[in-house]
Amino acid sequence: MGQGKCCKAGEGLEIRFILIQNRAGKTRLAKWYMQFDDDEKQKLIEEVHAVVTVRDAKHTNFVEFRNFKIIYRRYAGLYFCICVDVNDNNLAYLEAIHNFVEVLNEYFHNVCELDLVFNFYKVYTVVDEMFLAGEIRETSQTKVLKQLLMLQSLE
Amino acid sequence: MPAVSKGDGMRGLAVFISDIRNCKSKEAEIKRINKELANIRSKFKGDKALDGYSKKKYVCKLLFIFLLGHDIDFGHMEAVNLLSSNKYTEKQIGYLFISVLVNSNSELIRLINNAIKNDLASRNPTFMCLALHCIANVGSREMGEAFAADIPRILVAGDSMDSVKQSAALCLLRLYKASPDLVPMGEWTARVVHLLNDQHMGVVTAAVSLITCLCKKNPDDFKTCISLAVSRLSRIVSSASTDLQDYTYYFVPAPWLSVKLLRLLQCYPPPEDAAVKGRLVECLETVLNKAQEPPKSKKVQHSNAKNAILFETISLIIHYDSEPNLLVRACNQLGQFLQHRETNLRYLALESMCTLASSEFSHEAVKTHIDTVINALKTERDVSVRQRAADLLYAMCDRSNAKQIVSEMLRYLETADYAIREEIVLKVAILAEKYAVDYSWYVDTILNLIRIAGDYVSEEVWYRVLQIVTNRDDVQGYAAKTVFEALQAPACHENMVKVGGYILGEFGNLIAGDPRSSPPVQFSLLHSKFHLCSVATRALLLSTYIKFINLFPETKATIQGVLRAGSQLRNADVELQQRAVEYLTLSSVASTDVLATVLEEMPPFPERESSILAKLKRKKGPGAGSALDDGRRDPSSNDVNGGVEPTPSTVSTPSPSADLLGLRAAPPPAAPPATSGAGNLLVDVFSDGPAAQPSLGPTPEEAFLSELEPPAPESPMALLADPAPAADPGPEDIGPPIPEADELLNKFVCKNNGVLFENQLLQIGVKSEFRQNLGRMYLFYGNKTSVQFQNFSPTVVHPGDLQTQLAVQTKRVAAQVDGGAQVQQVLNIECLRDFLTPPLLSVRFRYGGAPQSLTLKLPVTINKFFQPTEMAAQDFFQRWKQLSLPQQEAQKIFKANHPMDAEVTKAKLLGFGSALLDNVDPNPENFVGAGIIQTKALQVGCLLRLEPNAQAQMYRLTLRTSKEPVSRHLCELLAQQF
Repeated sequence: MGQGKCCKAGEGLEIRFILIQNRAGKTRLAKWYMQFDDDEKQKLIEEVHAVVTVRDAKHTNFVEFRNFKIIYRRYAGLYFCICVDVNDNNLAYLEAIHNFVEVLNEYFHNVCELDLVFNFYKVYTVVDEMFLAGEIRETSQTKVLKQLLMLQSLE
Repeated sequence: MPAVSKGDGMRGLAVFISDIRNCKSKEAEIKRINKELANIRSKFKGDKALDGYSKKKYVCKLLFIFLLGHDIDFGHMEAVNLLSSNKYTEKQIGYLFISVLVNSNSELIRLINNAIKNDLASRNPTFMCLALHCIANVGSREMGEAFAADIPRILVAGDSMDSVKQSAALCLLRLYKASPDLVPMGEWTARVVHLLNDQHMGVVTAAVSLITCLCKKNPDDFKTCISLAVSRLSRIVSSASTDLQDYTYYFVPAPWLSVKLLRLLQCYPPPEDAAVKGRLVECLETVLNKAQEPPKSKKVQHSNAKNAILFETISLIIHYDSEPNLLVRACNQLGQFLQHRETNLRYLALESMCTLASSEFSHEAVKTHIDTVINALKTERDVSVRQRAADLLYAMCDRSNAKQIVSEMLRYLETADYAIREEIVLKVAILAEKYAVDYSWYVDTILNLIRIAGDYVSEEVWYRVLQIVTNRDDVQGYAAKTVFEALQAPACHENMVKVGGYILGEFGNLIAGDPRSSPPVQFSLLHSKFHLCSVATRALLLSTYIKFINLFPETKATIQGVLRAGSQLRNADVELQQRAVEYLTLSSVASTDVLATVLEEMPPFPERESSILAKLKRKKGPGAGSALDDGRRDPSSNDVNGGVEPTPSTVSTPSPSADLLGLRAAPPPAAPPATSGAGNLLVDVFSDGPAAQPSLGPTPEEAFLSELEPPAPESPMALLADPAPAADPGPEDIGPPIPEADELLNKFVCKNNGVLFENQLLQIGVKSEFRQNLGRMYLFYGNKTSVQFQNFSPTVVHPGDLQTQLAVQTKRVAAQVDGGAQVQQVLNIECLRDFLTPPLLSVRFRYGGAPQSLTLKLPVTINKFFQPTEMAAQDFFQRWKQLSLPQQEAQKIFKANHPMDAEVTKAKLLGFGSALLDNVDPNPENFVGAGIIQTKALQVGCLLRLEPNAQAQMYRLTLRTSKEPVSRHLCELLAQQF
């Protein structure tokens, strides 16, 4: 087997960070799965915004970024971005984003940007239900929503 | 108000967020925040104990302020307090604050860990999950130490809830990645593998990630997961689109779990068990078949999910690289995607096909798509898609399609984005060289590259074309003609001038017969570009001019005029001025014979890894280079252009600048050590300089020394610069020379150039030249690893009295040596009086944090300062008799260690430095030599005689000098050479 292929298998499904930004560059969620210091985080946020917002709808949903790839999808004015290794499964993450957005939509009954602003602490809970330690934790919308509603009912 | 926050929200928080949103300016926002911070601080400091709700609300506000980008320096204690609340909403805010604002305050960590411990033990699945998520989010070593032992237990406990198992698996994964040493392997590991059978698909989804990570570190311990993963995959793939209910996504059963299982299998070679393998192949075929079925939904989510599995399946097929049938099917499937209307699919197909191209089974199938890929290169709107197309063309290139691909890439280069031009240039240069059938095509291609994208043609590329032209005499005339034509363009890139200048200087004579490119025409063409060029290029052109004087005597007067012009002779640039002075003197003082010898055509370059390939690998990172180049199994690519194939061992690529323009070609430091073959040795010796060319004429000393100097622009040399004094650490500071130091030194007694030392990390090459009592030595330190050397410091040490005998000035070198890079150090040496021990070279650096040190003997021995002396037989015998005191003579009789070959012996004696006198000894088998050792304080005359006895395989060596220690020392040095 070629060397390059072993390298490929050497990387698991692993997310480096998840960002939700609006067109103006305001961050609506930043979830980090790698250690970065605060300056580095700010730099990444700005760079991702610069890379993603210049692309149009005919472009791919994948863009190489430093040594990684950003998988992103735009919903109205919001960009949902997931940073992964270059040889990770692009489409699996693209749909993981959509799956996440559908859960948010159900949970907030037609989610809009303001929901994410006012309920930022709940968005973290949704993320942790679906992604943990940089891996996909749960993919069933039914199961996630059931759990979220159960938590919602707790005091 | 958002639907979900009705009733349960924190009103104060919502009001605060609204206030912030209504701020018209940054200043107003800061003012509002400061007001809130003061308010919260007073609440936290107040006498009245806060209730849980208020605490939660204020901590949440602090978190919001932090997320806006402001510093928060209080509230941690209140957040920790929330952890021990028994209300979920309060606990959740506490954990969130801790996860986002990690603080390694040791006192708090103890409290936090305590709260986590309580929650893990609570048997309340909600609290357990909160605690596990906190560990997974923080993932610090302290948490690893506290909990790494507990979590496996929670993971495999029979009574753990499914959601807890999911969180525990990923929490453990995080701790294992951060500090694998803290996670004890044990009885739980076997049970973890069986989670692949778990009824709950969410548990399987989480567990596969953990198992994949564990497999990579301990593949043998987890082998049993292969058959479990295959059967799980098989059940998913063969299920109907609605079977899996919750886990069906747009009619695709469990897409993410399928992808994860397929990636897990990529940790291993194909299953050994035939039944398992059969079942797996069936799965892979099913996935490929499904791709051909009509879609169950028009939604893009459906096709994305389906194709996520398909691409991962293809990755596994490529990883196995053993099923020709599947590989070809995969290739056909990707071929369909190449023309798909979705940009994403075209991009992914190009990317995936790139790896398929390196498999021998599918290489041909990939090649059939060449037209589509070329079309993609021309028409795709997204630059990242075009880049994938360029990568794929590079990967599918072989001798059959090289011309087409190279010409398409050249065309693409004209419009390519600036960001990828250099990479395209490198790729074209590599392909042109690798698959050149005739080298005129190669030369055309590189000149086209310079014409189209001159700014992006790096040194490596144009050095390489010079090396190839120098090494192949069938292309030299063509190259000269082509560069001559290219230079006719009114505006040509400076790199073209460089290549043109060099090639015409070497091979301009091959086209001089044509009146249209007669010597004066060639010269005036080059000189018309001169004034617009940078210093480095002008320096190169000056060397071309002196070569012209040798090639075309009729241009001598014109060129001398140019050199003599004040703009050259008094040029503010030292390098240009020096060249003008030296070349002018050389051209007027040296006889035609000498000039012809000095300016002889460059000898062939030794073949080594193409520096371009090395550069591409550096650009793309180690993985990419190997996937693209080394993985190719095209047996035919080795024969004709063999020298270009990368050889994994040659990591250090000496900068070609060192030998590019040297007037006298010296073998570069990477040259293999001389073998016993006579021819080899002769070349070595004759390229050494003064020993081989004693009649160079009375050039000034500076001029002599600088001739050896590599004219690369980055080395404005020592003549004017203050050489840094050798910082001499006392000899006690450095280690003893390595055991083989003497042996290495002996190799350099009779030669001046070669590899002084080499181990797995470092290669040290030497190039040196001596004249009278002066010498200059270049040391080339090559980093053979891919890791940077830190604190790199080579110093020269004079043990004992040596300081009064030999002066060595060194120039400092950069403290960092990049992986694969080479640095050069210059030593100026002056022999003050006779000496017996060589100076020591101490090299220290840090490699991957570990200090390395090495002490060698510098190859400077007394015989380096030999001036050969020619004399007649009569004179020789007269002097021989004058040195007849017993202490003036040293004699040694010794056994031959090497085959006794008269030519080799001659070469060695010449390399030693003495003149060889013919017709002196009555016995023609014997060798007689004479010379003077030049030191600043005194001169020592030396006579020597070497009498071989072929029958006995013995030699007798006799040395007579005016100084007793010198006689003995020379005798010892020389005796070890035979």
